[in-house]
Amino acid sequence: MGSFIVITLIKVVVVFAVMLTTLAYLQWVERKVIAHIQVRPGPYRVGPHGLLQPVADIIKLITKEDLIPPYVNKPLYLAAPFIAMTMALLPIVVIPFGPAIDVAGYRTWMQLTDLNIGVLFVLAVASMGVYGIALAGWSSNNKYALLGGLRSSAQMISYELPLSLAIAAPLLISNTLSLRELVERQQGSMLEWNILHGPFPQVLSFLIFLIAGFAETNRVPFDLPEAENELVAGFHVEYSSMKFASFFMAEYANMITVSSMATLLFLGGWVAPWPARYGSSLVPVGIFAGAGVVALYHGMHPGHRRDRRTLPVFGVVFLGIAAFFLLPMVQAWLLPSFWFCVKTGSVLFTFMWVRGTLPRFRYDQLMGFTWKFLFPIAVLNLLATGFLVAWLG
Amino acid sequence: MVLAIFLIFAFIAVVCAINVVVQTHPISSAISLVGVMVSLAVLYLQLGAEFIAAAQVIVYAGAIMVLFVFVIMLLNAGAEVKHGRSLTAQLLGAPLLVALLGLLAYFVERLYPRSASVHFGGFTHGTPLDIGRALFTTYLLPFEATSILILIGIVGAIVLARKEMD
Amino acid sequence: MTEVPISWYLTLSAVLFVLGVAGFVFRRSVITVFMSIELMLNAVNLSFVTFSYQLKQVNGHLFAFFVMVVAAAEAAVGLAIILTVFKNRETLNIDDVDSMKN
Repeated sequence: MGSFIVITLIKVVVVFAVMLTTLAYLQWVERKVIAHIQVRPGPYRVGPHGLLQPVADIIKLITKEDLIPPYVNKPLYLAAPFIAMTMALLPIVVIPFGPAIDVAGYRTWMQLTDLNIGVLFVLAVASMGVYGIALAGWSSNNKYALLGGLRSSAQMISYELPLSLAIAAPLLISNTLSLRELVERQQGSMLEWNILHGPFPQVLSFLIFLIAGFAETNRVPFDLPEAENELVAGFHVEYSSMKFASFFMAEYANMITVSSMATLLFLGGWVAPWPARYGSSLVPVGIFAGAGVVALYHGMHPGHRRDRRTLPVFGVVFLGIAAFFLLPMVQAWLLPSFWFCVKTGSVLFTFMWVRGTLPRFRYDQLMGFTWKFLFPIAVLNLLATGFLVAWLG
Repeated sequence: MVLAIFLIFAFIAVVCAINVVVQTHPISSAISLVGVMVSLAVLYLQLGAEFIAAAQVIVYAGAIMVLFVFVIMLLNAGAEVKHGRSLTAQLLGAPLLVALLGLLAYFVERLYPRSASVHFGGFTHGTPLDIGRALFTTYLLPFEATSILILIGIVGAIVLARKEMD
Repeated sequence: MTEVPISWYLTLSAVLFVLGVAGFVFRRSVITVFMSIELMLNAVNLSFVTFSYQLKQVNGHLFAFFVMVVAAAEAAVGLAIILTVFKNRETLNIDDVDSMKN
């Protein structure tokens, strides 16, 4: 019992440290991706290639003046960022990053806890996240904030319906609500992933889940409630410094949750695309070695003068990581995490790609889209999946 | 451990329920009701009802109460103004309620002696599998009837709340 | 002791139910009255689930599930009615909606 508590505490510290660092650097990645889509360099000056930009942003947000307007409803005003942040950080508790591993003689799962209603837990926490935004809009005592908060919450609860129906379809194929077993039933090769497996490949469910995920996290093209040039930034207009930062972090944490759920439900979680005996353990080595070589090459013919010093360092670091992947003792836990991060990262990249590419929906178009198009399609998808699963066993 | 969890969440539930009844502004009552529902969800987990606990948070706290909060925000309901309180109703009602509570508690204690007790893992058939099996075999008729009831509710709510076409 | 007697759950359910009745009888704002009804329904759900634990059957869970579903439908229609009444009478006080009183 004592070792269980110690191991769990260590896991909690590791998972939350990685999660919070990822949240900070996800913003850097997003700004770089959108910048390169728009053919400009993005954050470049603060540290090599802008890598210290999140640190600068955190320092700025912490040291900004933290004001509470006198006309707000104080308890709800102070509670709303807490609720939003808590509900955004909770789902990471049930997400599996890998199989069971042996750490210093103790066998433990690469997951903080496994609930046998894991999928329902994530859905429950997502529905409670609506309160953070609705209360933020209401308590700010400002008509723009109220409109933004109501629109955002109405959008979130409307898109929870196609989201739940799109989640129900692969559950019919996997027959379990526990996230650990969901990934274990997709083991094997890429053909076993829920998106390609079974009597009805879940491609349509994946697309519906992604679209509903865009709307649940208030991302483009569904970000009208918090757009900067409409509604004066929406529900968080009266918030400053760390409270505003918590809404921001909650949005990115929601993005990570939606991407992780897409990976677990449809893309096979931490399972490699083809079994390890056919060489899938060499893929990360190849990727990082290739990145190292490219960085070293560009370091020798740099475009900007300061790259002559930073790019070779990146090259050496990447080659070191590639060599690290070759060690057999770390492959047990490093390879599943690598595949999980690659898949989740691809979905997150899709989020950022869409943000840089698409214009936003008007609010009535947005609501019409879910109620008149997405929800019937999700129902028909569930019907087709259920019918085929029952017929073909 | 089980006792600690029960006491903490029962205390939170009772405090939030008193808050629902006592607060003047409806939005504080709504948030306190959400607190009651979430603490009841934890108590359901202790009773082995994991699906009901998840359904309580998703349906009750996450959808019905959001609907309440929306309506309160839309109507801009202010704090309740006290006027015309009937004193006889209060003088008669409060002791009668306490008597009702005393009666219920006494009967509960008499009928359920201390032998039966709740601990984690005492009831393992509250999984979604068991609920689904019972829902679609024994309780199929109530299931279909409540589906039609919800459909009637949706149509009724839309008809009642729409704007009049001029 | 590390176990909780079943009667404590039922007592908690009774306390919540009585608080719901108190809110229903004593409050004047129609939304608070409605929320007290939801509190009473939650108390009854707790006792259903407790009895299901005691009898080791899943039927109590099913009853609680149906109570939740019916409460959802009732909340939707009831709030729509409240909206309509507010549009016509401009008040949320149930004492002021008495035009059919003699």
